[in-house]
Amino acid sequence: MKPFTFERATSPEQAVSAFAAQPHARFLAGGTNLVDLMKLGVETPEHLIDVSRLPLNDIEPTADGGLRVGANVRNSDLAAHTTVCRSYPALAQALLAGASGQLRNLATTGGNLLQRTRCPYFQDLSAPCNKREPGSGCSAREGVNRDMAVLGHSEHCVATHPSDMAVALAAYDAQLELLGPEGSRTVPAAEFHRLPEDTPQRDTVLRPGELISHVTLPPPPAGARAAYRKARDRASYAFALASAAAVLAVDGDGTVRHAALAFGGLAHRPWRARTAEQVLTGSRADAETFARAADAELAAARPLSDNAFKVPLARNLAVHTLTALTGDAPNRPAGT
Amino acid sequence: MIPQRTATSSTLTLHVNDTAHTVTVDHRATVLDVLREQLHLTGSKKGCDHGQCGACTVLLEGRRANSCLLLAVAYDGAHLTTVEGLGDEERLHPLQEAFHERDAFQCGYCTPGQIVSGVGMLCEAAEGHPSHATSPEALQWATGAPAELNRDEIRERMSGNICRCGAYPHIVEAIEDVTDHALRHRGTAPHRTDAGADAGTDADSGTDARTDAVPAR
Repeated sequence: MKPFTFERATSPEQAVSAFAAQPHARFLAGGTNLVDLMKLGVETPEHLIDVSRLPLNDIEPTADGGLRVGANVRNSDLAAHTTVCRSYPALAQALLAGASGQLRNLATTGGNLLQRTRCPYFQDLSAPCNKREPGSGCSAREGVNRDMAVLGHSEHCVATHPSDMAVALAAYDAQLELLGPEGSRTVPAAEFHRLPEDTPQRDTVLRPGELISHVTLPPPPAGARAAYRKARDRASYAFALASAAAVLAVDGDGTVRHAALAFGGLAHRPWRARTAEQVLTGSRADAETFARAADAELAAARPLSDNAFKVPLARNLAVHTLTALTGDAPNRPAGT
Repeated sequence: MIPQRTATSSTLTLHVNDTAHTVTVDHRATVLDVLREQLHLTGSKKGCDHGQCGACTVLLEGRRANSCLLLAVAYDGAHLTTVEGLGDEERLHPLQEAFHERDAFQCGYCTPGQIVSGVGMLCEAAEGHPSHATSPEALQWATGAPAELNRDEIRERMSGNICRCGAYPHIVEAIEDVTDHALRHRGTAPHRTDAGADAGTDADSGTDARTDAVPAR
């Protein structure tokens, strides 16, 4: 690890101005990804600005019935929050499907969104990687690419975004509040992460020195049910090969009134399945529709040499997740 | 001393097992490094050093955390519990006792992390934290009541601790023993006669404290 200087931010605004004075700085929150990457030599900040003690720890209801989450809320606390469990179950399920108990206790809401890809070539300083060293090439494209992207990749990068939480936030139409040198702005969670194109070094639309301060969830659509389902190589503590977050509201006559579907593990960002949603909305909520919708979305897939399996895997995840949401609603256990 | 922007080391205080230690650390030092190299508390182990194996697990403000990923400089004033703070040779923590009775280890390298993680996990369950193994029904109707721990729940909640000897079946049994112990004592009279119970099962104290605010950090 390279030596670095350190300061503790006193306010979000002070953190942003401290960053502006130190171009080779990084914000430190839970550190579960940043410290690991510093040990690997992938991240070499000269200055750390500790934002972990900033008062961004609240989970508060909003006036319109949504929920506003501070960027420093720990993944474990967000997943255990009763409003999240009851009103945004796909978010709770996504958080609980990620990492380990120890890591969820440290990892923050803002940091989870900003975690870097787990592409092994990105983490290996001896391998060319356009994301780590622009212009050096992509080792994964023709290399071991079983875990890589099937949607939206470019000749420069085939990495996937590893977050489970971000997939659920995309499906719930969450908004991210960003604080920067030029003030604050709001970006939809589904548009926060980028596709790699010819600048894979940029994971997100975050501008230099901007800090995520809050994540706001709109009220869940009336009558909607939601779930997050993840396929991985082990039963626990592994990144997604593919995952699906679905929010579905069905009218009394069996017609889909609202559908939001997002995939994880397939692309450089959480993949909001807008094509599938168009097929779903207004159609009959049955397995045939769900399969047609998933197929329409995944028609754009361009698998690499070793990851064609992800396409039927994602299709089945979408169909099964949506189908489960049209079954009987969860029974309220006695005594609750 | 307030960390100086020009310096790459700082002086800070860590409260470890209820003892305050003021140390000067290179900013690159992790809490694990400081515990082992400066405070000579070598119970916490360096396994992978990347937050993947759990051998370095400590309790940070009562919550389990990978100490290899904590930059010490960011934890000035923090309260930590290591395996040395759970019990000693005369008076083992009930979970240490259970690991001994169940032969829940082979080489023993991951054991301190398993035990500290197990203690933290029992507190989380007592605080009502759900897990990936929790049914959608239970999640949907979450009340914050203590979570019931069956074997699937224990395995899921302990997945951040790797045992390359593969002692998992006995580790799960040891934790199950303490879970049963905690459940047996939950709601019963506070008077306890056996020393093991008096040593303070953290599951019990976690249950009692579950309405308290979440630790600040």
